[in-house]
Amino acid sequence: MSDKKYKHKQKSAVVSYNRWGYLFLVPFFAVYFVFQLIPLFTTIYNSFFENYRSGLTQIGPNFVGLRNYTTILTNGDLINYSKNTLIMWIIGFIPQIIISLLLAAWFTDPSLRLKGQRFFKTVIYLPNLIMASAFSMLFFTLFSDNGPVNSILIQLGFLSKPFTFMSNVTAVRCLVGFMNFVMWFGNTTILLMAGMMGIDQSLYEAAEIDGATATEIFWKITLPILRPILVYVLITSLIGGLQMFDVPQILTNGTGDPARTSMTLIMYLNKHLFSKNFGMGGALSVFLFIITGILSMIVFRISYAGEIK
Amino acid sequence: MKKLASVLLSALMVASLAACGTATDAGTPATDGGETTVTEGAEGSVLNIYCWNEEFKSRLEDHYPGYEKIDATSGKIGDVTVKFTITPSDDNAYQNKLDETLPGNAQAAADDRIDIFLVEADYALKYTGAEPAVALDVKGDLGLTDADLANQYQYTKDVVTANGVLRGVSWQGCPGVMIYRRDMAKEVFGSEDPADIAPLFDSWEKFNEAAGKLKEAGYTITCSANDTYRVYSNNVTSKWVEDGKINIDKNIEKWVEDSKALVDAGETNTYDLWGDEWNAGFMNDGKVFCYFGPAWLINFCMAADQDGSVAHDGGWAAVEGPQGFNWGGTWICGAQGSDNPTLVADIMKQLTCTESVMTDIVKKDSDFVNNKPAMEAAAKDDSYAFPILGGQNPLAMFCAGADKISMANISNYDQGCTEEFQNAMKNYFDGHYTYEEALDAFYKAVGEKYPELAQ
Repeated sequence: MSDKKYKHKQKSAVVSYNRWGYLFLVPFFAVYFVFQLIPLFTTIYNSFFENYRSGLTQIGPNFVGLRNYTTILTNGDLINYSKNTLIMWIIGFIPQIIISLLLAAWFTDPSLRLKGQRFFKTVIYLPNLIMASAFSMLFFTLFSDNGPVNSILIQLGFLSKPFTFMSNVTAVRCLVGFMNFVMWFGNTTILLMAGMMGIDQSLYEAAEIDGATATEIFWKITLPILRPILVYVLITSLIGGLQMFDVPQILTNGTGDPARTSMTLIMYLNKHLFSKNFGMGGALSVFLFIITGILSMIVFRISYAGEIK
Repeated sequence: MKKLASVLLSALMVASLAACGTATDAGTPATDGGETTVTEGAEGSVLNIYCWNEEFKSRLEDHYPGYEKIDATSGKIGDVTVKFTITPSDDNAYQNKLDETLPGNAQAAADDRIDIFLVEADYALKYTGAEPAVALDVKGDLGLTDADLANQYQYTKDVVTANGVLRGVSWQGCPGVMIYRRDMAKEVFGSEDPADIAPLFDSWEKFNEAAGKLKEAGYTITCSANDTYRVYSNNVTSKWVEDGKINIDKNIEKWVEDSKALVDAGETNTYDLWGDEWNAGFMNDGKVFCYFGPAWLINFCMAADQDGSVAHDGGWAAVEGPQGFNWGGTWICGAQGSDNPTLVADIMKQLTCTESVMTDIVKKDSDFVNNKPAMEAAAKDDSYAFPILGGQNPLAMFCAGADKISMANISNYDQGCTEEFQNAMKNYFDGHYTYEEALDAFYKAVGEKYPELAQ
């Protein structure tokens, strides 16, 4: 009897704590509701309408069903700009993951006893603090035809006349990829370090006693255990990559030149804002939402699977 | 009531001041009925002016009689407070601001109503041709007369005339000339004298021929294909959009053809105007033979105050060039719903019709003002010679140019079409597109900006 009473008391205490928990969650949900959920549904709603401005005249909103979707799917833009976005993301991601893995492995390896770790960790993170637009303005100036990079290359005798970086497809894509790499490798390094520091030290000690080399330890112990973190890094970077906008936008002055080969999906979305074309913009956003949703499902599945194992 | 009286009094005072300058009728301009939406009688105590830079503000501060400066964005005319709202044009921000506020202007609180907004030629028609109107009829609503406007250049009126109604005025004209380097002319053509050089560049055929000679000497005729764009596009015979369809004028096609040949021959480049490479041509070690531009380009953009620039040493000279053109200019529009129509009308009259005020503007600000007799007199006066042009007085050329400019073929879509056309053609010049692909890219880009033109 008294036991039951005690249990009851305990239960009520838990409930009252939960109440506080919910209270603390309210601000987040309120903000989420107003700034995320409502816009999400209005975007989907808007995508079924013809709704834009021509000069000072507002056209629509007129219900057009799925016409915006069919326009986007049939004019080939979606595939084209997805391809550009992915190419530039890959150019940036491959060096990013390699360098980050290497740095994280070095930083977390106790046998190396690296000096000035704190300093270097700060330094590699610094590029992320620069505004992306300022960063791409800088690169635009550096790599312009009369810019310092060209004049150095000419003075060293590598080139006889300036190389037009900005009108070369590979050069522009590589510059965008490189900038994203420089901006994000510090962040990735820190994520991977967190993952690596979570690995039980005794595994490394056991491996060393068994005579494993450093490379063997990295490939056979660190990497497999790090897999969920790696997948997380990959997918979040991919989602971030899909939203790539500021760097190529500023670097190419919004044109995605040469010949729109560096135009990303969001830059394309931005094009529709000139005429406040909410219908087409909405439809494009819904496609992006679906793609991002699928990717998020994948990361959720994989990291969850990793945890229950 | 007291306020009302004082406003009226000050308006009268200002208007009578105007009379000192001109022989024109000096009464307060009456709004003569019709379908005006201006508030008659009581006038507001705040004059709101929307603009994108400091230019108009400094003109008003310096030249409008009775204007008192209070601080960086406000002033006073009599009892009326003048408030400037400056929104930069970057990323279309200025137009977005106008789009938001102009249509509901008449319903806004009296002190918040826009009274004057400024526009540029590239998008003037968007506001002057809007249905229902957002800009006041200069003659019908504001009471300026044909006699007041008689000295203005016709093209400056064409830019802001929609369906036969004049809805703006400008104090400046921006006719352009071809500005070439004297040293290069002497080296390549044997003379630096504008009289000798002018015949070598009086048609596009000769212009392109000269480009070859300049190339042999290691120079490019212009810095970018876009340098000549305005010269061609101001001489079109059809609009960008005719009957709801995108239309490419013959003269624009000629620009593409000529420019492609020049770029392929290495006689010009495809840089962006205002970029580093473009500015580099203003320096002594630049390789660019000529630029196209109006007075403001010569006076304010050619780095004259910098050591080592061509302009600093007076090394440029001007000739009319293959065709006349206009670049830039600011038009003053009265906003529908304004509660200060009398003052708006008087500002327009003072700055754009009063010869003495306009002559002051020429002297102080080196503007080419929109007053034919004043400019023609100045053209004969050696004291107006430009030191940057080595002491040449180019005003006669500007006058001749201003007479020839035709801006009758502007459309609502000029800004977007021009921008996207240059973009697409840059890719064609650089070899990323064939001409057909470039046209497709242009149609697509215009369709994104103006969905009603999407094909």
